[in-house]
Amino acid sequence: MQRIRTFAGIAPATIMVVCFMLLPILIIVVYSFLEKNPYGGVRPELSFEAYSRLLLERDFDDNLSFNPSYLLILFRSIWVAAVSVAACVLIGFPVAYYIAMQPAERRNLLILLITIPFWTNLLIRTYCWILVLRDTGLINEMLLSLGVIQSPIPLLYTEGAIILGLIYTYVPFMVLPIYASLERLDVRLIEASRDLYASRIGALRHVVVPLSLPGIVAGSILVFIPCLGAFIAPELLGGGKNLMLGSLVQLQFSTSRDWPFGSALSVVIMIVVMLALLFYARNARNSGTELVH
Amino acid sequence: MKLATLATGLGLVASSALADGELYIYNWTDYTSPELIEKFEAETGITVTMDTYDSNDTLLAKLKSGASGYDIVVPSHNYVPIFVAEELFQKINAQDLEGYSNIADGFRNPPWDSANEYTVPWQWGSTSFTVNTDVFGGDIDTYETLFRPPEELRGQIGMFKAPSDVVDMALIYLGYGVCSESKDEMREVLELLEEQKPHVKVYNSDGILERLTSGDAALHQNWNGYSIRARTADPALKYAFPKEGVLTWADNIAVPVGAQNYDNAIKFIEFILQPENIAIQSNFAGYSNGISGSAEFLNEEMATAPELSPPDGTPMVFSETCSENATELQNKVWTTLLQ
Amino acid sequence: MPKSRDIRALPGLKWFSLGFFVYLYLPLLILVIFSFNATKSATVWGGFSLDWYAKALANDDIRRAAWNSLVIATTATVFSTTMATMAALSLTRNKSLPRKPLFNGMLLLPLMVPEIVTAVATLTLFATIGLSLGLGNIIIAHTVFCIPFAYLPIRARLQGMDESLETAARDLYASKWATLRFVTLPLLAPGIVSGAMLAFIISIDDFIITLMVAEAGSTTLPIYIYSLVRIGITPEVNAVSTVLLIISIFFVTLSYLVEKRGKF
Repeated sequence: MQRIRTFAGIAPATIMVVCFMLLPILIIVVYSFLEKNPYGGVRPELSFEAYSRLLLERDFDDNLSFNPSYLLILFRSIWVAAVSVAACVLIGFPVAYYIAMQPAERRNLLILLITIPFWTNLLIRTYCWILVLRDTGLINEMLLSLGVIQSPIPLLYTEGAIILGLIYTYVPFMVLPIYASLERLDVRLIEASRDLYASRIGALRHVVVPLSLPGIVAGSILVFIPCLGAFIAPELLGGGKNLMLGSLVQLQFSTSRDWPFGSALSVVIMIVVMLALLFYARNARNSGTELVH
Repeated sequence: MKLATLATGLGLVASSALADGELYIYNWTDYTSPELIEKFEAETGITVTMDTYDSNDTLLAKLKSGASGYDIVVPSHNYVPIFVAEELFQKINAQDLEGYSNIADGFRNPPWDSANEYTVPWQWGSTSFTVNTDVFGGDIDTYETLFRPPEELRGQIGMFKAPSDVVDMALIYLGYGVCSESKDEMREVLELLEEQKPHVKVYNSDGILERLTSGDAALHQNWNGYSIRARTADPALKYAFPKEGVLTWADNIAVPVGAQNYDNAIKFIEFILQPENIAIQSNFAGYSNGISGSAEFLNEEMATAPELSPPDGTPMVFSETCSENATELQNKVWTTLLQ
Repeated sequence: MPKSRDIRALPGLKWFSLGFFVYLYLPLLILVIFSFNATKSATVWGGFSLDWYAKALANDDIRRAAWNSLVIATTATVFSTTMATMAALSLTRNKSLPRKPLFNGMLLLPLMVPEIVTAVATLTLFATIGLSLGLGNIIIAHTVFCIPFAYLPIRARLQGMDESLETAARDLYASKWATLRFVTLPLLAPGIVSGAMLAFIISIDDFIITLMVAEAGSTTLPIYIYSLVRIGITPEVNAVSTVLLIISIFFVTLSYLVEKRGKF
């Protein structure tokens, strides 16, 4: 009976995740070591082909050689995701801080204002940026009519556009957790620190930021992971000229019909994500807060 | 236990009560005439529920997963053998159906379903590209314009985001057959596409109309039906029939294994085999159909659309189900191109 | 509210936040404006018209898709937030629970997998076990990937939430349940609310997983909208989105006003 009580709280969520997430992931891991079936799916034969393809390729002359294509795509995706996370922290922290110091009812209003854009579909929101960024878009037209530029500058279909779209999509995932940890911040701590450090920045650095770290960590994870696998923003705003991981994986499960390779890529993504989590966990531990208990 | 029996019983009653009047159609996006469905519902009393997909591969994955509950699906001709080989379709033996004789010669017993055991034709059309003739006034009926664009079109080109059509067109331009398994040919394809890439603005198969009509792209890979809509919005948008050969496709109606309303599916198939009905569909989507006698029911716009009648002598190339090797080479070209 | 909160103020913060909200709402503004476009383009202005609203409201497919979306998102939010709250509470407050890092990691698992992989894997699993519950399949899939999104803000709030109040309540012989009901949960409420909001957002916006897992007749709004996007967004989509936006703003305003009245 005691045992049941101990696990009663954690059980429902855990069972859900184990049955409908862990099990599927195991299927994916198994798939990555099998041979592909030409029309999608796998053949039950052990093969390491999917992993060797990540680094090596049989080129057009049938020689096995090092192939940097996939590494390039991997690093590009990690880079774009990391920049997006950094930008989200820089934007999200001040906003969360600002919201947290408003009177209670205005705080709730502002938090709701942050979530309202999500009532419109992600595709549409991303599409709206096309209207802003393209050659005949809002920004270019404005700059042209002001005489700042003579011909439209290419804003759309660039890496910057992808990052802008990712930030736009995921910054609320940063603001909400930071806000959640700042909101319960004890004002007296800041007052005390102001007395001690006598500067606003000092108080911020030594008191507010450390206290909001769990929120920043949670937010970074929430932003980093979807950015790593994103493909709506890269395809709509990046013009699809340079593949990102998300599109590459999707390609394997659709037109390329190479499920083992798609699974192997997914395993790689999961490893990158876990490394990122470990990195955060260590950082968080060093600064006195832990991500993983 | 009793509860379970009761629930099953209720479920059976509920589903059989509904089974008389339901039909679940799974078709490509924006590809089913609402008017056609309304007419079918009115004539038969069957309630139609529509869902849509974006690619043959989505359909394949969905059907391979089993329990999807669809009664009618619409795969492209080059995917039909795959679905059949994977045992995802049930036999409909179209030759026994009312209206089978309406199917035009070219579409009766086609190579992909030699005895019409599994499919009947739905719509067919071609894939090439649409050019804004205000931007470029020269000859558009050649892949030269697409792959080695003139000055005016550089940086204004939109391509599909999936490799198959892009690679096939490049192969045709280079004088080879589609679905090439030759490494040398595919290397040439890659070189051609890499040479073209700096002039390409976007690789995306969605929102083509929008980019063409807003002037974001002056040349875009496109299907002929969509090109009709583009021209309706802006008369300068013309569809190209490259003299090297135009890629052609045909979509077909089939009944998946596990369909809950087989009889209603057959009713639907017999319904669209009637010229006056399939013409409603063609008028909506802008594509030709494989039913003889439907021409007289086509509206003025369809009957005269230049997008539907290639110039005499232009070869039509049916896209094919590529072999495993060919698909692999295509993928290699694609990932190297977009790395 | 005491003015002493101002001591936290940093100069420029207000303007920065204002800029942020402009950034957040600029695309929406464009969206709303083009929903009144007279021509069939979502990007080129052709005069004022209300036609698209009439069209969207009369469209059975849109209504069906919107209804499916709301049912799925609401159910998945309730399930995932409840489970996440229970889990977060036992991980932070239940001293006898062993292997906490393992459980914690497990709850975050759905985050680590790219959506497309989750989609294909879940589909394969459902196919293997022959699960066919209509909307139920989607609800299960959504609940799972919403759990971490609900869990993280709740845990962020719980971590370092002053336990002394709960201890005080217990010292005053409040029962475990009473402490939970009258002390812990009210303190935790902001975390639960932001967790639930995240979960709802994630669910109502999900496209890939839903597309893969959906059975006949369970088209959701994102799937429907995606299908429209493929041909190029028409103002019809803008109109639907604007209607959704107005509904949400209505509820937001309502809850804001109710709360305000409750306070004063």
